[in-house]
Amino acid sequence: MLDDLYNEMVKDHGSHPRNKRPMPDATCQAPGFNRTCGDSLVLYLKVENDIIKDASFVGEGCQIFTASASLMTDRLKGKTTAEALAIFESFHELLTSDVPVAAEFGKLAALGGVRKFPVRVKCATLAWHTMKNALAEGAAEPASTE
Amino acid sequence: MSTLSSAVTAPFDVEKLREDFPVLKQTIHGKPLVYLDSAATAQKPHAVIDAIRRFHEVDCANIHRGVHELSQRSTAAYEEARIKAKRFLNSRYTDELIFVRGTTEAVNLVSSSWGRKNVKSGDEIIVSAMEHHSNIVPWQMLCEETGAALRVIPMNEHGELLMEEYAKLLNPRTRMVAVTHVSNALGTINPVAEIIRMAHAAGALALIDGAQAAPHIKVDVQALDADFYAFSGHKVVGPTGIGILYGKLALLNSMPPYQGGGDMIKSVTFEKTIYNDLPYKFEAGTPNIAGGIGLGAALDYVMRVGVDQIAAHEHALLVYGTEALSQIPGLRLIGTAREKASVLSFVIEGLHPHDIGTVLDQMGIAVRTGHHCAQPVMDFFKVAATTRASLAFYNTFAEIDALATGIRKTKEVLT
Repeated sequence: MLDDLYNEMVKDHGSHPRNKRPMPDATCQAPGFNRTCGDSLVLYLKVENDIIKDASFVGEGCQIFTASASLMTDRLKGKTTAEALAIFESFHELLTSDVPVAAEFGKLAALGGVRKFPVRVKCATLAWHTMKNALAEGAAEPASTE
Repeated sequence: MSTLSSAVTAPFDVEKLREDFPVLKQTIHGKPLVYLDSAATAQKPHAVIDAIRRFHEVDCANIHRGVHELSQRSTAAYEEARIKAKRFLNSRYTDELIFVRGTTEAVNLVSSSWGRKNVKSGDEIIVSAMEHHSNIVPWQMLCEETGAALRVIPMNEHGELLMEEYAKLLNPRTRMVAVTHVSNALGTINPVAEIIRMAHAAGALALIDGAQAAPHIKVDVQALDADFYAFSGHKVVGPTGIGILYGKLALLNSMPPYQGGGDMIKSVTFEKTIYNDLPYKFEAGTPNIAGGIGLGAALDYVMRVGVDQIAAHEHALLVYGTEALSQIPGLRLIGTAREKASVLSFVIEGLHPHDIGTVLDQMGIAVRTGHHCAQPVMDFFKVAATTRASLAFYNTFAEIDALATGIRKTKEVLT
């Protein structure tokens, strides 16, 4: 069960996250923060003509959180904002239900093991909720999944 | 009372004592449970579980004023628990012991009742840098309401209070010094007798948060000369939702009630209410009767085992654990005070406490991860969270070994 959670993909992205950099020319950004465990990030998006041209984050947290932020920012590039939100929907289902891990999930499937660890779902979804806030713009509080 | 007889065996027989704790006899994810989270809540012995069940099955009735047999029995059992608390803390009078929900409510009771009457704008309240949120926030609320100022005793990198800085903070405006006896996040045992003496010399009162001390070291409120001392039942192998506030008789008598309602009055008319005597003045409404009786059984149990014996065993475990964990590469203990009790808080380079906690759980090892309700402590050590293994007298050296092995395996799993 532990190998399902901390598989090679999660450990790789958790220890060596991609897209972990500030983005001075971001068109939108949002903070996310889970108070009790301390996972925190700022998510940056560059959206042009409704296409996410670039996605990055800065922040610190556990491996599950970091891997999820890394894999998410990789996945979002080139997607429309509607597609991004749809991916979040299905990703959330992947973590919280018994839906089969379909090929469409691609690398995100590596986080499927989280479903057996319900207390860690909040770690895996923080970056995604933050992304939603960034796209919506104007959220008064940092995103939180606690 | 076979469960108690096992507690008086000497020398300290931890395996025999473990028999008294049904929770400990189970496997978690296929591994024997290694419970190292007693600073969050301690496990309960049969003696406590049976006392609570007995109350509900045999004696259940509301207390005080009842003339029927069951009410008399439950009143006697509840008040007997107060007398046990008196023995446990060595207070002079039984009336000095107020039943509360726990340490948090005890601090709130004092900050509300004593605080509102005695603290004015320009006054000062002193807390320490290692307080649990429950001994910070009630005082902050009082300061906000009254215009008083909150001062903080700083600590060094070992997690020891800087007593010379404390001396400088004391002045004629200081009204209250509220300090923890043992830090829940660091394990530091503070020199509370000296802290109290200095507070008194400055004309201030002292409240000691004993939540983390009561189950681990001997507490004598008269020897300490504490004005207020609070602890929670559930950390002393008792149930949750019950605790004790000790206050000096004259102080408690001078304080207005905390909450109004039944039991805290002598007589009520729409024109005038006359408040009850101590301790009932502070115990409005039907209390946690089963909890009080459970707490009494818990204190009995702990006193039978012997607080000194408990302290000695736990100290040996702590020394052993400190040594074992110190040998793990990349591990840094948070809280290395010379005087310490029961807590092994640590961080590991490159690993997040939540990942460590999840992996250890899969090995049956229960530890706590996070800020331990002491965010200022985390800020001081520049960490977001720690992993905390906390000890109780029912823990064994083999469990410490399991923890050390578990941490080494965790590093393999996560990297």
